[in-house]
Amino acid sequence: MSRGISRRSFVGLTAAAAGAVTVGACSSGKPTADTRLRVAAVNHVWTRALQKRLPEFEERIGRRVSMSLLTGDQLSSSYNVKLNASATDIDVMMVRPLQEQLLFAHNNWLADLSDRAQDAEFNWSDFQAAPKEASTTAGKVLTVPVVTERPVLYYRKDLVPTPPRTLDELQQAAARLTTKGRFGYVGRGQRSGAVTQWSSFLYSYGGDFTREGQSAIATPEAIAAYQYYGDLLGKSGPPGATNMSLEQAMPIFAQGKAAFYVDADAIYTGLIDPKVSAVGETIGYAPFPAGPAGSKPYNIPSWSLGINRFSLLQDHAWEFIRWAAGSETVTALQTAGIPGARESVWANPAANSGFPKELAQAMQVNARNGVGHDRPEVLQVGRARDIVGRPLVSAILQQDVAAVARDADKGFAEFLVRDNRHRES
Amino acid sequence: MALTIEQSNRRLKWAMLTPALLFVGAMIIFPLLFTLNLSTTDAFGAVNAGAKHIGLQNFADAFSDSRRFWPAVWRTIGFTVGAVALETVFGLALAMLMRRAFRGIRWVRTVLIIPLLATPVAIGILWLLILDPTNGIANHLLGTLGIPPQEFLGSVSGSLPTLVLIDVWQWTPMMTLLLLAGLSTLSEEPEEAASMDGANAWQRFRYVVLPMLGPTLTTALVLRAVDGLKTFDIIYATKGAGGGSSFEAETLNVYAYGLTFDYQEYGLAAAVLVIFTLFIIGVVVLLRRRSA
Repeated sequence: MSRGISRRSFVGLTAAAAGAVTVGACSSGKPTADTRLRVAAVNHVWTRALQKRLPEFEERIGRRVSMSLLTGDQLSSSYNVKLNASATDIDVMMVRPLQEQLLFAHNNWLADLSDRAQDAEFNWSDFQAAPKEASTTAGKVLTVPVVTERPVLYYRKDLVPTPPRTLDELQQAAARLTTKGRFGYVGRGQRSGAVTQWSSFLYSYGGDFTREGQSAIATPEAIAAYQYYGDLLGKSGPPGATNMSLEQAMPIFAQGKAAFYVDADAIYTGLIDPKVSAVGETIGYAPFPAGPAGSKPYNIPSWSLGINRFSLLQDHAWEFIRWAAGSETVTALQTAGIPGARESVWANPAANSGFPKELAQAMQVNARNGVGHDRPEVLQVGRARDIVGRPLVSAILQQDVAAVARDADKGFAEFLVRDNRHRES
Repeated sequence: MALTIEQSNRRLKWAMLTPALLFVGAMIIFPLLFTLNLSTTDAFGAVNAGAKHIGLQNFADAFSDSRRFWPAVWRTIGFTVGAVALETVFGLALAMLMRRAFRGIRWVRTVLIIPLLATPVAIGILWLLILDPTNGIANHLLGTLGIPPQEFLGSVSGSLPTLVLIDVWQWTPMMTLLLLAGLSTLSEEPEEAASMDGANAWQRFRYVVLPMLGPTLTTALVLRAVDGLKTFDIIYATKGAGGGSSFEAETLNVYAYGLTFDYQEYGLAAAVLVIFTLFIIGVVVLLRRRSA
């Protein structure tokens, strides 16, 4: 009687174990009728509203949809991990076109939607010009905008009967209204996080991040914009402002501890919700105040939908985008107070009835004056924001802005050369 | 040829071990070799895009970076030394106090391990809310004592010390439990003998208990030092990308994460991680050698 294992059995067992590990690691599987369409999305009011309408879409295509919701940064990290491995388990991708699209296009992670977008019923020409431009890279439509944003001046009507029309008036009013226990102004102050909101101040001072492909962050206009924002937030804002992003700034205004707040119009629902806001009844909305170069707020597509190039369900993924960004859905969501990117919906008074009247007016003025980007238009947006944000932090900390801006300008110029090299590679 | 029982058993042993060895190879050795290879390339954007081998250029770039890399190295060391030193002192003091049973000791032990049970990200958010300069309860309490509001995590100079204190709050119980386990194995006779020879409580602790506790203390120090060097979650949850607006809490881990996920500079990130791994191995070897 044999009590051990033979050489043949040993080799067989080992091969089976190795095979199991290999097969387990490499199996991908072709989609079946039961395979769900997987949508990676940000945890946003738009996504939550869309989720409620999903059954109608599932019935239309005869396939279940699985939506995973993450924060913006988590979503971005998730794409980096999964798409670096050419993963097929994401079909529809919600992306920030101004933050990620150039890089994702460089990596060849997004499917080309140019032909699909020509569908007459979808009516690509109905989308606003700036969001459409941000969705197109090297002549190819790679994403479709679903949420748009502009900055708006939130103010307390009980403290400020008439909102300031210029940045000078805003600064004076903020200084006057700063008392013990109340700040004249609150806004984002984090190095990278504040850059997008600061961009409207920069444009309204006549500056931009680049001019003809060269760094423009040490121009007199940019230095003046840095100085202005630093004085506004540093002198009339809360302590620890350089650690404040949306998550810190918004509750300060919502709890009645600040008189003015400039941030995206898309967040207004969080400021009027009585569960989290003590000032919902007294909030006023105004267009972005004018600087020396006029009122030039950003007007951007904050979120768009694209298709993972490795997806095995690209046709159904497009059906999802066609439905989610289609006129009918956009009208329904905008009526519920979520701003989309379709001209026809913005022109429809009934579709804008979901916004407070003063906010709708401010949004339309800002859209008219808007600039189509709110951050440097480069491949490595993260590094660019860190460089551009450095003088902003110095300004808030009341340091020598001009010297820091000149130093950052050198770093930004070197960065742009490297970034261009990457683009061409 | 018939196999002996010993030969058969040896083969069976290897057959049983093979899946585990393959798993270790796939999950540990392959990523290590992949990272090592990546660190010698100029990989940017996507790891699977055509990257060129550039030798040790990434290592040279990291070592010559005085703006981000070296400050991150010193912060990593400062954070770890500060946190582990305080945790050792407090952990030892608590372990000595809890060495002898007293009324309510079970309650004290239960309360003590609560910080260990919470996830670090939840702890980060909890402290972020407590220490919020405007809406946090900490400044409210300080205000009732007439102390002006503090910026805590919002301050450039105060962020790292505040993070050290949060780490101490979370990990001192771990140190206490480890040292308590070590104390429970010590024989009481040497202490009794010292006591009969007239040694006071401090002398008994310093010259009898502490030397006997040496091996346990070393193990606890190594464990906590390695953990401290690798701290990421609390820093990222409270200070965000880059460890704050002036990179004031950016440690090597946070820096490498930023290079990977914010900048997509995979080659340089891999080089920083290789340096970091070697640094941790060096610290462990040094601590073990000193204790020996």
